Amino acid sequence: MSTPAIQFDKVSRHFGEVKAVDNASLEIRDGEFFSMLGPSGSGKTTCLRMIAGFDRPTSGNIFLYGQDVSNLPPYERDVNTVFQDYALFPHMTIEDNIAYGLMVKGMAKAARYKQVDNMLDLVRLPGFGYRKPSQLSGGQRQRVALARALINHPKVLLLDEPLGALDLKLRQQMQIELKAIQKRVGITFIFVTHDQEEALTMSDRIAVFNEGKIEQVGTPSEIYERPASPFVAGFVGTSNLISGETAKRITGSEEMFSIRPEKIHLDSVNGKSHKDMLSIDGVVRDVVYLGLFTRYLVEIAGGSDLVVVVQNLNTTSMDVLSAKGQKVRLHWHKDHISHVGG
Amino acid sequence: MLNRLSTYLYQRPKLILALLLGPPMIYMLVVYLGSLFLLLVNSFFYLEEFTGLVVRQFTLRTYLQLFSPTNLGIFGRTVGMAMAVTIADAIIAFPLAYYIAKFASPRLKTYLYIAVTLPLWSSYLVRVYAWKLILAKEGIVSWFFHLFGLQPVLDWILSIPSIGGSSLSLSPIGMFIAFCYIWLPYMIVPIQTALERVPKSLLEASSDLGANAAQTFRNVILPLAFPGVVAGSIFTFSLTLGDFIVPQTLGNSRFFIGQAVYSYQGTAGNIPLAAAFTMGPVIIMIVYLLVARKLGAFDAL
Repeated sequence: MSTPAIQFDKVSRHFGEVKAVDNASLEIRDGEFFSMLGPSGSGKTTCLRMIAGFDRPTSGNIFLYGQDVSNLPPYERDVNTVFQDYALFPHMTIEDNIAYGLMVKGMAKAARYKQVDNMLDLVRLPGFGYRKPSQLSGGQRQRVALARALINHPKVLLLDEPLGALDLKLRQQMQIELKAIQKRVGITFIFVTHDQEEALTMSDRIAVFNEGKIEQVGTPSEIYERPASPFVAGFVGTSNLISGETAKRITGSEEMFSIRPEKIHLDSVNGKSHKDMLSIDGVVRDVVYLGLFTRYLVEIAGGSDLVVVVQNLNTTSMDVLSAKGQKVRLHWHKDHISHVGG
Repeated sequence: MLNRLSTYLYQRPKLILALLLGPPMIYMLVVYLGSLFLLLVNSFFYLEEFTGLVVRQFTLRTYLQLFSPTNLGIFGRTVGMAMAVTIADAIIAFPLAYYIAKFASPRLKTYLYIAVTLPLWSSYLVRVYAWKLILAKEGIVSWFFHLFGLQPVLDWILSIPSIGGSSLSLSPIGMFIAFCYIWLPYMIVPIQTALERVPKSLLEASSDLGANAAQTFRNVILPLAFPGVVAGSIFTFSLTLGDFIVPQTLGNSRFFIGQAVYSYQGTAGNIPLAAAFTMGPVIIMIVYLLVARKLGAFDAL
């Protein structure tokens, strides 16, 4: 296997008593779209800032293609950042903003403006070069920030929640566009987000952060289908966590497991179960009709509630709402459960 | 009763506006602009040399007197001093303002802010006289030069024509030092305000894109703080231009504009010439402010 683009070797970053990042080890492969996912304060942005060089690890080392960069200043690292607030220079034109990296490296004016034009084409903003950042919309500024970083041909591009300030529609459009640009330029992208759907949509692999620790690293399907901890199960998508007596009644073991709401089948009490299926009886406590699908809250024997999601293939709102208060049998394939430890 | 009054006013927003704006507008128009206008009128009269009386008749001969070599010298000297003080204050103020804006902790920031503005709480006259003592021949500055055997350096500085003098406390260079000190807070505060508004992410972005500290300073910090520097220079420049206490206390026999105005309208009784003299700084400042507005200084105040 080739040298990893980024390697974290037991990296910690403490701010006084607060352990923003605590003993994190991680490998990010060359050319992949890697997401750091977690709630705010989980340490994902601190990790990104340490890769960029805005922050230095309290202990541990960070390698960029094998080179230890832990103590290099930002301007000596071959990485570039797209900032959450875009951080475009307000006193410069778009052209000068994009050319900034080349300008400080001392490239001649004509050569750098030729590259700027190519970049403006890449981010689909041709002819915007003479405007000022204040004359652009949020989505356009976003693309300028991207062009300004990419023009330097960094080895790794860091994106700090770059889509956070955009409205939903624009965000979805930019997700597709970012992914397409990444494929085209072939650079490793490290994308920080707190939006699990965004991470699942765009990433080759995801690291889930919680309280300064990396909970799990894996492909989107691994993260979703096989969450390694209760936190991942709860943070990425919705999950039913079952443990103790109830778990024992279902699987024969007290070990905690998670099951996704959409994997659960809802059946009448006298429906018969397949041999590979696990099942339990319960009472529908609540029904929410959501158009595309219906969400049921089912109280199972032992007192805990399970969320079940069923697509409205044949059912109407009248049908599903009448289910409230009825006894049901829930069953699901035993392969669909994921033991989460803890 | 009070309720009815406030209801009455609530329904008449124009009356509220008139009540709020009336007094300051009257003050501005009558007292401030009125006196400036009288000054302008007076500058077109002239003093009859023989009788020593002001002749209230339109003439440009008072303005012609401004162009005598002596008076042109006064203008040149004053504007030169104002420029030197402005540049020096900008250079001294910038690092301090930068530190306060970008590095100091919120607590330290408060203390530094107080430290910067504290001198403004004491009388300006007291501070000028303090400088007279500090700069005097027997004062602490001379003493330091002595202590380090640098007396020849001091003598050399004082021997430079047009900035030197018999001692630091009686020379343009002494005035320059006192001016720089007295107007410094007026330069620090606007620069700091301008720097506060530069988001940290812009500095990070510059560094991220490969700029070292000097390049970031030149390409990002300085251009964004420049309106603040211009705003500060409005104060240092205009205050130096009109001041007469510092030249009188620390200067030599060569006049500055403020002194000229003071002596012409006082002992000489030549109000028209004093008025004409005053129009000089007024015109210089109007031009300066127009340029400053172009440079965006008013957004930084």
